[in-house]
Parts: sequence; C-alpha cells; structure tokens
Amino acid sequence: MIKIAIFGFGAVGQGVAEVLLKKREALRRLIGDFRVVAVTDSKGGIADEKGIDLSKALEIKRRRKHLPEGITTLDVINSLDFDVCIEVTVTNIENGEPGLTHIKECLKRGINVITSNKGPLVVAYRELADLAYRKDARLMFEATVGGAMPIIKLVRNDLAGNEIYAIKGILNGTCNYILSRMEKEKLTYDQILAEAKELGIAEADPTYDVEGIDAAAKLVIIANSLMGMDVKFEDVERVGITNITPEAFEVAMDKGYTIRLIAEVDKVEGILRVSPRLIPIQHPLAISGTLNAALIKTDLAGDVVVVGKGAGSKETASAIISDLIELYRCRA
Amino acid sequence: MLMTIVVELKDQPGQLLKALEPISRLGGNIVSVYHQRDKITPLKRIPVEITIQIDERKVEDLIEAIRRNGVIIRSYNEVRLTATTSLLLIGHIIHTDLGDTINRIDSTGFAEVVDMHISMPQLNQPSTAMITISATNEENLKKAIDILKKTCREKDITVIEPLELQ
Ligand SMILES: NC(=O)c1ccc[n+]([C@@H]2O[C@H](COP(=O)([O-])OP(=O)(O)OC[C@H]3O[C@@H](n4cnc5c(N)ncnc54)[C@H](OP(=O)(O)O)[C@@H]3O)[C@@H](O)[C@H]2O)c1
Repeated sequence: MIKIAIFGFGAVGQGVAEVLLKKREALRRLIGDFRVVAVTDSKGGIADEKGIDLSKALEIKRRRKHLPEGITTLDVINSLDFDVCIEVTVTNIENGEPGLTHIKECLKRGINVITSNKGPLVVAYRELADLAYRKDARLMFEATVGGAMPIIKLVRNDLAGNEIYAIKGILNGTCNYILSRMEKEKLTYDQILAEAKELGIAEADPTYDVEGIDAAAKLVIIANSLMGMDVKFEDVERVGITNITPEAFEVAMDKGYTIRLIAEVDKVEGILRVSPRLIPIQHPLAISGTLNAALIKTDLAGDVVVVGKGAGSKETASAIISDLIELYRCRA
Repeated sequence: MLMTIVVELKDQPGQLLKALEPISRLGGNIVSVYHQRDKITPLKRIPVEITIQIDERKVEDLIEAIRRNGVIIRSYNEVRLTATTSLLLIGHIIHTDLGDTINRIDSTGFAEVVDMHISMPQLNQPSTAMITISATNEENLKKAIDILKKTCREKDITVIEPLELQ
C-alpha cells in the first residue's frame, strides 16, 4: 500500500487530487494499491493514516477556501507514516520556503518526494539530490520544468547515456503567448499584456514571467539536474520581454525571423541565459501560444525537440502522476 | 572595407608617419599597427602590418600615396570577413550616438557593421534596427557581439541575438 501526502492544495494540488480520483483504477493497475493519507494548505489540513476522502477534501477546500485548521504540514511529516509526498506549495525562489523544509524533512526520513515547486530546487538542488541519495529516497520533479512537456525523465531515461551539450527552450508560456500575439496582431506589449491578464494567462503582477525570472529558475534546474552543472539563479544572464515593440517583429519578419524568449544553457560555450532571440520562422522553437518547447543537443542522439503545454492544473498533474508511476511501477 | 598593408620601414624616427599620413588624409581609420620586429629583413628593415578601415574606392590612391612617400609596400590585402550575423536593436538607437555604436565594432579590426536597417520611430519612441555584422571568423564574430552587447547595455538598448550564429 503506497501512502501519499499532498502538501499544497491550490490549482496543482487539486488537479492531482482529481486525477487520483478519476484514474484510481488505471493507476492501481500500474502502481498497485495506494491511498492519500494527508492534504494540507497554508492554514490547515486533513490527515488520517487509514486514508482520507479526497472528494470531500476538494469540496471543503472549494466551499470554505481553506482546509480545517489545527494541523500543519510539519505536523503531518513529524507524526504520520507515509511513503511519498507530493510537494505543490507556493514557489519561492529566494529561499525555497516553505517547500524546502518540507522536502528536506521528508527526504531525511527516507520519504520519496514528487514536486512541481521550483523554489527548493533552484535554491538547493545539489543538497537535496545528495540528501535523497544518502537516505535512499527519490526526488522527482518533472513538473517543475515545462509542465506537461516531458523533459526531465525524457533526458534521464530515454536519452540516458547521451551527453547533453546544450538545451535551448521556451520555458514560459505567458511570455510565449505575449510574443506570438504581438507577432500576429502588431499590437504593443502593453495591449497584449492586458489581454493576457484578462484571459488569466498572465498574473496581475506579471514580473515573475515577463522579466524572465520563471524561465531562469527552470533553466537552473535543467542545468543542475540534467547537465551535471552547479549553477545558481544569480548566474543566469537575464533579459525580459518588456522592451519588445511591434516594429521589432516587423523588422525581424523582413529577414525571416520572429522573436521568442529563449532559455539557453550551453556547457561547451559556457552560456547560461534567458533573453529574447531572433528565431527563423520555420525553426521548431518558433511556436505560438502558451506552449513550451525545448531543443536538446546531445552527442549520440543529435538534436531532440519536445513541445507541450507548459502550465495548467491538469497538465502539471500529468507530470506529477507520471513521476508517481515512475517511482512505483515495478511494484505492480 | 577592412584591409591590411605590410610596409617595410627603415629603423629611423619618422618612418612610420610616412606610411600613416596618407591614410588619415584619405579618410581612412587606423585600426592597428603591428611592428614585426622578429622578422627584420636582411637590409635591416622592419616589416610593419597596418590594419585600416577605408573606403574601397580610395585604396588605389592610398597605395600610390604611401609609395610616393618613399615607403616600401610588401603586400596589401582586403581582410576577408567570413562570419556574418544579424541582430536586432531596440531603444533610442539614434539619440545614443549610432556612429559611436558602429565605430566600436568597426574599430576592432576584425569585424565591421556591413548592413543596417532602421525602422524610423515615432517621436520619442524607441526605434528598431536590424544590424548585420561580419567578422574574420566565428570566434571574432562572438567577440564583436560581446562588444555590441556591452555598448548597448551602457546605452540602455535591448539587443536581440539570433538563436544560432549561421
Ligand atoms: N499552476 C501551474 O500551471 C504550475 C505549473 C508548474 C509548476 N507549478 C508550481 O506548482 C506549485 C503549485 O502551484 P499552484 O498553481 O497550485 O499554486 P497555488 O494555486 O497558489 O497553490 C499553492 C498552494 O500552496 C499552499 N501553501 C502555502 N504555504 C503552505 C504551507 N506552509 N503548507 C502547505 N501548503 C501551503 C497554498 O495554501 P492556500 O490554499 O491556503 O493558500 C496553496 O494551496 C507552485 O510552486 C508552482 O510554481 C504550477
């Protein structure tokens, strides 16, 4: 019996809960019997070693905005017996908290961790990977980069044995939406940003996305986890998209280019940066809308390109569930 | 165009000036002067390699003028620029001394701005330019891009680099 605890019950936490409910039988066939023993949010939680009623937890969260008070995530870690935690609390790339403590405390106890939370990995990837190794636990984080677009396990499993020279990608769907709309509509950055906010694609404060912070955080995770590097967020050369004008697209188009925000890590050239780049219009990275994409340069397989949905609660849940199956498939 | 001239100078004061004077007179820019002291000729002349930037149509006059000054010209060649790329600049390109921006590339001696397409801005709005740079090789092209980026950082101009150098 696999016992699962979910920390964080926002869009992603709820998305995971829904998939666990909806696909219960299919998942059982893949990983064997499982039950959710705890869910927590910032104010409280529900926990029971015998298993909690997920649909009821979802209903409570939706109706009352918060889970019942009186229990914290750390209480759950300290007092409950479980095998794997799904850490989907808020991102904080300054110090990784609260996720960093959650993940460390779980790994210390030999509990496997699956996370969509970039913060802890950006701040302390190496420390966490070492801790997991020492405690014989596993740290899975497919959902931190590219949402549903496969990249972490793709490189680790399917491209295993390859040396990864470089990865160039579109890792922020909000920026890609804004740029591809500017390209098509010839409207200003501010006009398209307003549209994106209205559609819920951009946050009220879009800084995190449009200044390339989110993409840079993902780039750090990629560099450290897939390319054996040891870089920090501050090492990323970063330029956002706020200065891009409709005229820039026109001038670029005349020469057969479009403009996209590209996150690039290149071990050979020593490049680690997020910046708007000229992309030939027929290039596989010249994608439109909120999609994410990555071009992976390897020694054996040559170039590999992936494209997929970079965000969304169901899409992110997809990456988390695939990590869960990867962890436990052999038991079935 | 970018060219190198190798002259042989007597080891006496004032010799170099004889070779350089016609360059500035004809509107050329001296990029570098390199004394090849390890290659002194049997007649004790020092080969000096001069790299300059000059209007293509003035090259013949220049060579003629240097010779008339009594300087021996061993060879002269156009420097071939084999690596090229285009970049996009967004910002107050014209008001921040465009000439200076271009000159910082042209004065390297290994790269030059070969094409520039500016989209004229509305009043006080940032303008956009597609700038094409050529260099003697890819390594130097990268150096030129770094110089451009540094210059543009100073001038608060956004540089959009190509995904790959082709
Ligand atoms: N949404 C996406 O498409 C997406 C895609 C990839 C990765 N991610 C990442 O996945 C994570 C979750 O995203 P989201 O969209 O679900 O965010 P969200 O809707 O803001 O949810 C965050 C959740 O974390 C909870 N939380 C905060 N502090 C906590 C604590 N100390 N203990 C337990 N829970 C705590 C919040 O509680 P309250 O409900 O009480 O506020 C909330 O339920 C973030 O790190 C995000 O960057 C999201």
